[in-house]
Amino acid sequence: MSGVDQLFVQLKHWALARCAGILPEAWQPLVSLLLSIIPLLVIFPTLFAAMVWMERKGLGRIQNRYGPNRVGPFGLLQPAADGIKALIKEDIVPRAADRVVHWLAPVLLVTTAFTVYAVLPFGRNMVVVDLEAGLLFFFAVGTVAELVVFMAGWSSRNKYALLGAMRAVAQMISYEIPLVLSTVTVVMIAGTLSLPQIVLAQSPASGWWPAWFVFTPWGAAGFVLFLIAANAEANRSPFDLPEGESEIIAGYFIEYSGFKFALFFLGEYLSLFAVSALGVTLFLGGWHAPYVVGEWVPSWVWFFLKLLAVLALFIWTRGTLPRLRQDQLMNFAWKFMIPMTLINVVIAALWHWIGSGPVRWLVCSALVIGAYSLLGRGLMRAGRWMPRTYRFAE
Amino acid sequence: MVTGPFLILAALILVGAVAAVRMRNLVHCVLAVAVVFVGLAAAYLQLGAQFVGWAQMLIYVGAVAILLVFAVLLTRGGEVPERALFSPGWHWGVTIGAAVFALLAWAIRQSPAAHPPPAAPVQVTVEQIGTALMTHDVLALEVTGLLLTAALIGAVIIAMNDGGPQ
Amino acid sequence: MTPLAGYLLLAAVLFCIGLAAALTRRNAIVVLIGIELMLNAANLNFIAFWQFGAHPAPVTGIMFALFAIGIAAAEAAVGLALVIAVYRHYRTTNMDEINELQG
Repeated sequence: MSGVDQLFVQLKHWALARCAGILPEAWQPLVSLLLSIIPLLVIFPTLFAAMVWMERKGLGRIQNRYGPNRVGPFGLLQPAADGIKALIKEDIVPRAADRVVHWLAPVLLVTTAFTVYAVLPFGRNMVVVDLEAGLLFFFAVGTVAELVVFMAGWSSRNKYALLGAMRAVAQMISYEIPLVLSTVTVVMIAGTLSLPQIVLAQSPASGWWPAWFVFTPWGAAGFVLFLIAANAEANRSPFDLPEGESEIIAGYFIEYSGFKFALFFLGEYLSLFAVSALGVTLFLGGWHAPYVVGEWVPSWVWFFLKLLAVLALFIWTRGTLPRLRQDQLMNFAWKFMIPMTLINVVIAALWHWIGSGPVRWLVCSALVIGAYSLLGRGLMRAGRWMPRTYRFAE
Repeated sequence: MVTGPFLILAALILVGAVAAVRMRNLVHCVLAVAVVFVGLAAAYLQLGAQFVGWAQMLIYVGAVAILLVFAVLLTRGGEVPERALFSPGWHWGVTIGAAVFALLAWAIRQSPAAHPPPAAPVQVTVEQIGTALMTHDVLALEVTGLLLTAALIGAVIIAMNDGGPQ
Repeated sequence: MTPLAGYLLLAAVLFCIGLAAALTRRNAIVVLIGIELMLNAANLNFIAFWQFGAHPAPVTGIMFALFAIGIAAAEAAVGLALVIAVYRHYRTTNMDEINELQG
């Protein structure tokens, strides 16, 4: 192990040894946990600021404009300006709102968004807790977000907020199924629910083909399905109906202002980072390099590079695709995503069962492509161009 | 040996349960019952059943509570304040509940099974659970799958709008 | 009081709260919530006995609780679908007004 690779782990041990002299023995686990958590509480909000800047710049370029360029060099201080603005704005709570629930929703959202980071491995030996059922933990805690979204929308006593919340909950429930099912393939092949173990199952082999799960037929299909479902879970364009500004004026957090609105914003991005990190861990080899020769680069550098690449993909998608309609959204989830992920589970089982050799490559690739073309064509035929009828408000 | 964490959890669960059945607004009832579900998941974790705890969280908070929310909103339960929360014969219900509790408490007090000698804590890995699901309990797993599919289809058919009497 | 007795008592109280709710509340959804509470109390007993009681096979208690959770999900789905269907028909979820079968 190179020194740089284990730099943060060593730092933590060093700090822990310092504290051991001062604090009683019983506090050791608590201090150890705090030392693991505090860096996360610093790094990810920083990444949030960087992501907002990257997103606004990237979207600007995609839309042929400059993006933020007034505050600081290249507009780099724009997130700081936004943060100050959010902090000094008046915090308005509607008179009819359910005050307790209204206050609780953003707090819970950010808390749960941070909680899921506990099981993600950010580098070699860099995980807060190595839970045996880590993947289950991730989804179990992440599912609280659905209830939180509902709480935010309902407690605002605003029809747009309630509509947005119901849209969001229906969408998150529908896309949670393919999200979980697409990760089941990885669990089947790796044989474990623990995320560090899944990363170890993708250690670079000596051959010329990387051992990442994305470089297998089921893994490639699973990764794409995972990204689509994650995009929908994060309520991002093209699945941003719950927040569509032009139809329901920002959806469930319309009645939030100032700091609470900033918390919602932060919570959404934190869960986006978490689900991207999960995708990196499950399919892109986590903190592993593709080849043994690449292992000299520290593991956490690999991890964050991959994370940034996935985030760039999300920004690109957001800038490129138009928003779906509600029925298209549901059709896509139930008629394409769920059957496709179910077939993918079967393909992964076949992959495991056939053993090794070129036969399994042929069979599994043919099945993936066949299933995709069949399901995709079925979906396209269902959505044949129809003469459109317009209804106007009377 | 009743410990502090247990008392906190028990208080959380019981307060949540009482709130869930006493609140006037149905959405508050559902949120309170979600608190009970989370508290129970924490209790399972404390008992060393990690897998069941997370499964409880995933299924009860993520699915059942959301289902309850949808049912409340689809029946407009969140808007109309109810005139009377309880049925006319509510004191009978409370009496029966109290009687059942007295019986259970007496049984727990008397039964030797409730006071076992302290044993070494059990540890079960996820792998053991998976193996058991695929070997010894595979029939139960299949039947549960069938039941869930039937429930899914049944729920869709029952709740489908058939244009009947409105 | 042993830890097991503590958990059993907690489950008993939870069960009785659920029972009282199912017997007394007028709204069908709260009745369903009461039933869910009773199911959860039973589950808590399974896990408590698994941890503290005598166990011939180490995973049996866990299995029972897992299957109970799965079946409770099915029960909730069907129960709430029934509530919605009843609401469509009678425009109410008040159990005391839905008494057609009494004749």
